[in-house]
Amino acid sequence: MTGDSPQPSVEARAISKAFGGVAALDAVDFEVRWSEVHALVGENGAGKTTLCNILAGIYRADAGQVIVDGVERDFRAPAHAIDAGIGMVHQHFRLVEPMTVAENIHLGWPETPGVVSQRTLIDRTERFMSEMGMHVDPTAKIWQLSVGEQQRVEILRVLARGARVLILDEPTAVLTAKEAEELFAVVRELAASGLSVIFITHKLREVLAVSDRLTVLRQGIREITRPTEGATAGEIARLMTGEERLLSVEHRVVTGESTLELRGVSALNDRGITALHNVDLTVRAGEILGIAGVSGNGQTELAEVICSLRDLQSGSIAVDGADVASMSVRAVTDLGVGHIPEDRIGMGMVLSAPLKNNAVLHNYWTEAFSQGLTLDRQEVIDFAKRLVEAARVQTRSVFATAGQLSGGNQQRLVARREALAADRLLVAAHPTRGLDVNAAQEVRATVLDKRDGGCAVLLISDDLDEVLLMSDRIAVMYEGRIMGVFDAADADREYLGLLMGGHTPAEASR
Amino acid sequence: MILAIIENAFLSLVGSAIPASTVVVLAATGAMLGERVGVLNLGQEGLIGIGAVYSVIAVLSWGVQSPWMAMLIGMIAAAVAGLVFAVCVVAFRASQVLVGLALALGGIGLSNQLGTNRNGTLIKTLFREVNPGGVLDNNDLMSAFLFHDPIVYIAYVGLPLVLWFVLFRTRHGMNMKAVGENPAAADAVGVSVTGWRIFYSVLGASLTGAAGSYMVLAFTPSWSPDIARGRGWVALAVVIFAGWRPGWAVAGALLYGSMISLDTTAQARGWGLPFMGASDLSFFLSMLPYVVTLVAILIPAGAVKLGRRVRSTAAPAALAIPYAREER
Repeated sequence: MTGDSPQPSVEARAISKAFGGVAALDAVDFEVRWSEVHALVGENGAGKTTLCNILAGIYRADAGQVIVDGVERDFRAPAHAIDAGIGMVHQHFRLVEPMTVAENIHLGWPETPGVVSQRTLIDRTERFMSEMGMHVDPTAKIWQLSVGEQQRVEILRVLARGARVLILDEPTAVLTAKEAEELFAVVRELAASGLSVIFITHKLREVLAVSDRLTVLRQGIREITRPTEGATAGEIARLMTGEERLLSVEHRVVTGESTLELRGVSALNDRGITALHNVDLTVRAGEILGIAGVSGNGQTELAEVICSLRDLQSGSIAVDGADVASMSVRAVTDLGVGHIPEDRIGMGMVLSAPLKNNAVLHNYWTEAFSQGLTLDRQEVIDFAKRLVEAARVQTRSVFATAGQLSGGNQQRLVARREALAADRLLVAAHPTRGLDVNAAQEVRATVLDKRDGGCAVLLISDDLDEVLLMSDRIAVMYEGRIMGVFDAADADREYLGLLMGGHTPAEASR
Repeated sequence: MILAIIENAFLSLVGSAIPASTVVVLAATGAMLGERVGVLNLGQEGLIGIGAVYSVIAVLSWGVQSPWMAMLIGMIAAAVAGLVFAVCVVAFRASQVLVGLALALGGIGLSNQLGTNRNGTLIKTLFREVNPGGVLDNNDLMSAFLFHDPIVYIAYVGLPLVLWFVLFRTRHGMNMKAVGENPAAADAVGVSVTGWRIFYSVLGASLTGAAGSYMVLAFTPSWSPDIARGRGWVALAVVIFAGWRPGWAVAGALLYGSMISLDTTAQARGWGLPFMGASDLSFFLSMLPYVVTLVAILIPAGAVKLGRRVRSTAAPAALAIPYAREER
């Protein structure tokens, strides 16, 4: 089978899949050939991973067929897909941390001898690694390896089982630039040896650099499949982000005092890798600064450093001239900073506590609610009732626990509470993610009210439509860097899409 | 003279510690089997009761003549209870803690109910001591380790060796540990997490049932209410002390057993400690096994704190966490 062979290795026909009544994939056709690297492109939630999980036997499709090498297959478990020669390397690695590289490669593999010693496992692993031309210390425990090495173990494990179709889910998301280059070389070689590689990504540069053909998914629907040759980044960006416009909001150009000032801010993520590189940002009173970008590019860390939830490596953050970085979270809140967190369930509320307590999480210690050691129960209840009413939360009473609310109602409550706390600055991280249209509009109205009332708003969203709709100015983040800041009037969707995909302004203007 | 007294005390201490600990070794090994694949069964206490009472029923009511057969029946009964538990927590992903506590209480209640009319009736179908032949007599120092019934040797030597070999020297054991450490990883390479978890928690339950059977077929040897007397909980503690390693479970169980036998020996011989009256001492000694168990659990926890051997004695990472593949 050569590079020009049109013979498909894997075919998905009219695959549909829904989660909790929400369609993740809607009758998607997808076809991959032997000896090709096929990029599967789309924004978060477009259905890329879901589609590949179906091909790998992890999910079962609600409708549609999977055809491997001309034979229709019904995978009930990953083992069936492995038997059919399909192997997937997940974005979150599926490795057993306290075990060695050799053990992980031999895990669940029928060809592993029944009785094994470390010696035989290591010998077999070394032999196999030299066959494949990829090397990792077989005696190392997984937790001792770098992320790039862990990924190599995953790939080796899949290839060891004779996979002929390799699926890589966002493989460069956790890699350094150098590791990514190495990966591209490996991927090209595997395709040259006759395998199919499905490469899931949202980074346009990678699509153009590594793939032979590409398929764009948008909101569970296939937009296009075409050869990569001749495709432009702009075209792919447009297909990825769509062109629909929601109702328009009047954008402002605000001058004057800045409420939030970030100067040269750098910070690490939870893995200890630099997530923010020298970020400079300014948000003025009465404006919304939107942060556009694919999630995982430092937005979470940005929101956390501003709210003093994460330590700075360098730089300074000021709210109304006060140095936030050295303050406690409570002191920052007292400055008038509200934070609608990305993880509402984990950070925004206490699910097992009643709504009345969730309503006063920010201010239960203030004189309005407490005398010495005791809470003024009636005040708390009255405040919670007003909040629930204002936020239009549907609940039986304020004594119901937060966990009893639907996701949309939880979100409305958190958004309204934080808006109330935000006198000076509101940090809103993905405030409408997962909401239906009406709930989303209400939350947006809340945020716009704050702006009109003179509050500074930092809006983080991976939904470009939302950023374009809401923001007075837009900053694009990519890999922890601000790629550019624009007035809403000058913002061009395709151009923003290019920056989100990692193009520099100079490259994107060409 | 003094030597003879020490030798005598050693003989009776070890001689009684070994059978006293057998129950705990069996139950701890059973609990460990389940925990290695990520299933925490807090119902050990109930499983011991169920195993014990069905062995009693087999002997007294069904006329079973062989202790082996009686033990097998006890094991099957406990396995059935273990299967109900496993289906609840593995297939239906119920809370392992809650269902485990229910099994502990329900198992005790059920076995007490079934045992009501059989209280104190002596069981005569007993495991017999293995006689090593005329080489040694009962007063030799070595005899503390000999002259036990076959279950003792299976529990102390056979089971730990087999389990150690399977866990650390076979493909099967590697997969088993993966299910307990990272079920998503095991699933991704085609190991059926549900199947393995159910299988090993049922097998573990049957071993714990054997612990109960051993009590009535060798140790007590009769039925009495609440027969486990906390040994199921001790077994769970021993698993933690052992850091989920089979050989260490034997050591942990012996530590507990020697405290028990210190208590019984001291009472039988009227030992007194200078700073306590005789009556206080007996309470203190009765308490000792449980105090020592508590302290023993803290040892691996302390080792983790100090950063030593963290990885080898840590609990399986997915212990007590239900696994569901299709989740977003």
